[in-house]
Amino acid sequence: MVITRFHPVHALLYLAVSFFSSSMVFLSLGAPFVAALEIIVYAGAIIVLFIFVVMMLNLGRETAQQEKEWLKPKVWVIPAALVLLLLIEMIILLFSEDKQVMQIAVVEPRKLALSLYGEYIIAVELTGFLLMAGIVGAAHIGKHKKTELHRFLQNGHTDKEKTTYTRKTETVTTEQTAIHE
Amino acid sequence: MNSAQMVLMVAAVLFALGLVGVLTRKNVIFMLISVEIMLNAAGMAFVAAGAKWQQPDGQIMFLFILAMAAAEVSVGLALVLQIYHQHKTMDVDRLRELRD
Repeated sequence: MVITRFHPVHALLYLAVSFFSSSMVFLSLGAPFVAALEIIVYAGAIIVLFIFVVMMLNLGRETAQQEKEWLKPKVWVIPAALVLLLLIEMIILLFSEDKQVMQIAVVEPRKLALSLYGEYIIAVELTGFLLMAGIVGAAHIGKHKKTELHRFLQNGHTDKEKTTYTRKTETVTTEQTAIHE
Repeated sequence: MNSAQMVLMVAAVLFALGLVGVLTRKNVIFMLISVEIMLNAAGMAFVAAGAKWQQPDGQIMFLFILAMAAAEVSVGLALVLQIYHQHKTMDVDRLRELRD
């Protein structure tokens, strides 16, 4: 549902639903810490980031119309058929075998934290570097760049020389007038 | 079929959906959203494998994928803002300045 919406906000809503459902999948797998992180980081931070960008871009009805023109049925019928085939395959595989109760083996957050700061400490620091680089890169790319020319190229070289010459003569004349007085 | 294999299949379907989204949409924002879906599917596969072997390594890999996705989406959205301010369009087919 996310990739077939025309309007970005609708797609973001479906994306939030998708993140919640995958968080439930993590919870049923016995990973409650990861499920909480999924909701907090993905559905909390990344969705809000997307919504801010959509708000700043102020995409209106023309953009939705444009996307609607691009997504004519002959364009998306084949991928949709493929995805439906995958879905039907999964449903057949799910219902062919006898159902058994999902065994839940919870991996505790304590074990996770001990392993994270024990043997993966280098990777944690590298992730910190990556996030720092991401922050600096986003701040540098996102700021509005003005086209700043060099000061010799702003008015042309000859004009610059002329202004300096006139300034020199003016100073000379003021000195001469001071001496005369 | 145990639960880990089912979750792996769900992750595969999600990854396929994200790939279809990247390949078909022309809007840059939708392509970023589809990339997020694909990263989420990869993390789900890691967590399923970690739950199968009862080890916390899969969840640690999911944490790293999470941090990488956050950095990627911040830089990507900054690029989207810059592209929109310079070209006034979101269509990737019109952004052909780098084509020789």
